[in-house]
Amino acid sequence: MSVRRTAIFYALIAVFALCVPWLGIYPVFMMKLLCFAMFACAYNLLLGFGRMLSFGHAAFFGSAAYVTSWLVTAHAWGPATAILGGVAAAAALGFVIGGIAIRRHGIYFAMITLALGQLVYFVCLEAPFTGGENGLQGVPRGTLFALLPLRSDVVMYYLVLGVFIGVFLFIRRVVHSPYGQVLKAIRENEPRAISLGYDINRYKLLAFVLSAVIAGLAGSLNALVLGFATLTDVQQSTSGEVILMTLLGGTGTFFGPVVGAAIVVTLQEYLSDIVGGWVTAIIGVIFVACVLSFRRGIVGELAGRLLRSDPKRPVAGAPG
Amino acid sequence: MSEIFGIPVAVILGQLTLGLVNGSFYALLSLGLAVIFGLMGVVNFAHGAFYTLGAFAALLGLQYFGINYWAALLLAPLAVGIVGIIVERLFLRHLYRLDPLYGLLLTFGLALIVEGSLHQVFGASGESYPVPDSLAGVLNLHFMFLPLYRAWVIVASVVVCFGTWFVIERTSLGATLRAATENAPLLQAFGVNVPILKAATYGGGVALAALAGVLASPVVLVNSHMGTSLVIVVFAVVVIGGMGSILGAIVTGLALGVIEGFTKVIYPEASNIVVFIIMALVLMIRPAGLFGKE
Repeated sequence: MSVRRTAIFYALIAVFALCVPWLGIYPVFMMKLLCFAMFACAYNLLLGFGRMLSFGHAAFFGSAAYVTSWLVTAHAWGPATAILGGVAAAAALGFVIGGIAIRRHGIYFAMITLALGQLVYFVCLEAPFTGGENGLQGVPRGTLFALLPLRSDVVMYYLVLGVFIGVFLFIRRVVHSPYGQVLKAIRENEPRAISLGYDINRYKLLAFVLSAVIAGLAGSLNALVLGFATLTDVQQSTSGEVILMTLLGGTGTFFGPVVGAAIVVTLQEYLSDIVGGWVTAIIGVIFVACVLSFRRGIVGELAGRLLRSDPKRPVAGAPG
Repeated sequence: MSEIFGIPVAVILGQLTLGLVNGSFYALLSLGLAVIFGLMGVVNFAHGAFYTLGAFAALLGLQYFGINYWAALLLAPLAVGIVGIIVERLFLRHLYRLDPLYGLLLTFGLALIVEGSLHQVFGASGESYPVPDSLAGVLNLHFMFLPLYRAWVIVASVVVCFGTWFVIERTSLGATLRAATENAPLLQAFGVNVPILKAATYGGGVALAALAGVLASPVVLVNSHMGTSLVIVVFAVVVIGGMGSILGAIVTGLALGVIEGFTKVIYPEASNIVVFIIMALVLMIRPAGLFGKE
């Protein structure tokens, strides 16, 4: 896609996003969608640009949700500081889990993150401040900077939208920075990056922590939006969902995870009314179809088709 | 000597046998995972789902067709193995040329399909398989009472594990399998039908998981998510043991079951996470796993 068409595309999306509160779309649904889109973008930073398949990313999303909810309910912190607290917890957890997991590659990396994610799940189940099976309920949104009453869905929506846009631009900036170039070089050929003198473990760990931080930010916001943090947030199925969002939308594309998150969240929200408990099985079918027939994801395949007329252009990384 | 550190010896021994029972399931499952990974380069996330399928096959076979336990022990793994071969032919064989991560993702999707469907059809509660009459008793070993069924599970699993080890390491079929693991194209050039070998291996591996499911069905609740958390523990077992060694998978599985059992006695809160903590420690000291080579 040309730069101009990309700009028009993003402008249309932005206009739509700004108008959402007046289009009759349920704002809490849109906020949940944006939080998961943020989560998927964070995941994509790791999988798409670092080729690290984490199967335990719900640990960061969920633990940040718990910490934020706990700070708000038990210690009456304001929303801004509580979110910061949640993000800090996710960062610390990302540093530890990432530090252990990057010692192995590929499928072992996936299995290790899966196991450590399950460890975090059990800690959340049994720790004294997480409310066990019930989770933390009735989390008030509070007032941001003693100015913005987040109780209003419209105000909260614009806050979430603003944070999402900031995160989206930040990820683009990171990927296009010299750091991002090195990360992609490691993705393409790790031994070569080592031989060029890069301390690859530092680069990979930083990618992991960045991804955990953004996932945590999404989790904290999501907890404030919904007013609760539950075990679902840290569960392995949530880790699976974020993988599906990224894969379905397009791994390694900027906008793909957003598309994937929109599809999966919409499916869960509206499909469950029609098909009831079959949602899990249907998500499994989408997974299988994705892996077998469109591994580049929706955005990746579309970009590939659009660019086919110009064979010199690379396929990955579009639009952007 | 009826107490150690204030804990009755009978309790310790009881948890020890429970740990060995769990360890038997870990061993059977990680053995299948290791064999499948060795030959096909696929990490079979659906392993837990096939374990669940085995248990369901036994339970439904009993309820609808009156198939008894001993027949189920043979028929359920056979049926699940055939399902596995179909899965390999339909889906997995398209992924061999690709990054192994795609195999992991595909089998994750398969697990969701199986578990989601079972959940929807049979509900979340689940029930147990009745212990067969011939194994219902309790052995009096004088220092403890050992439920006969637990002893049977441990013995049967160990026999099957070592049987599998023998087939792979000591027979000509096993030699062919190992040759395919080393260099499949060369083996194919010698006239061995490698695609069929791969399909059969996948079938065999998931049949082992189904066998574990049948063995487990009288001691756990048979429901749609019985394999979900188990497969995560088994992945941790495989990371600890390293996937290169079959004997390593068996020994690590049994040992971790026992450690988990002991943790239940000493510090019950940690029994769910002790395997993961050990995994993290092993990774820090020996990243390739205890029996792995890298």
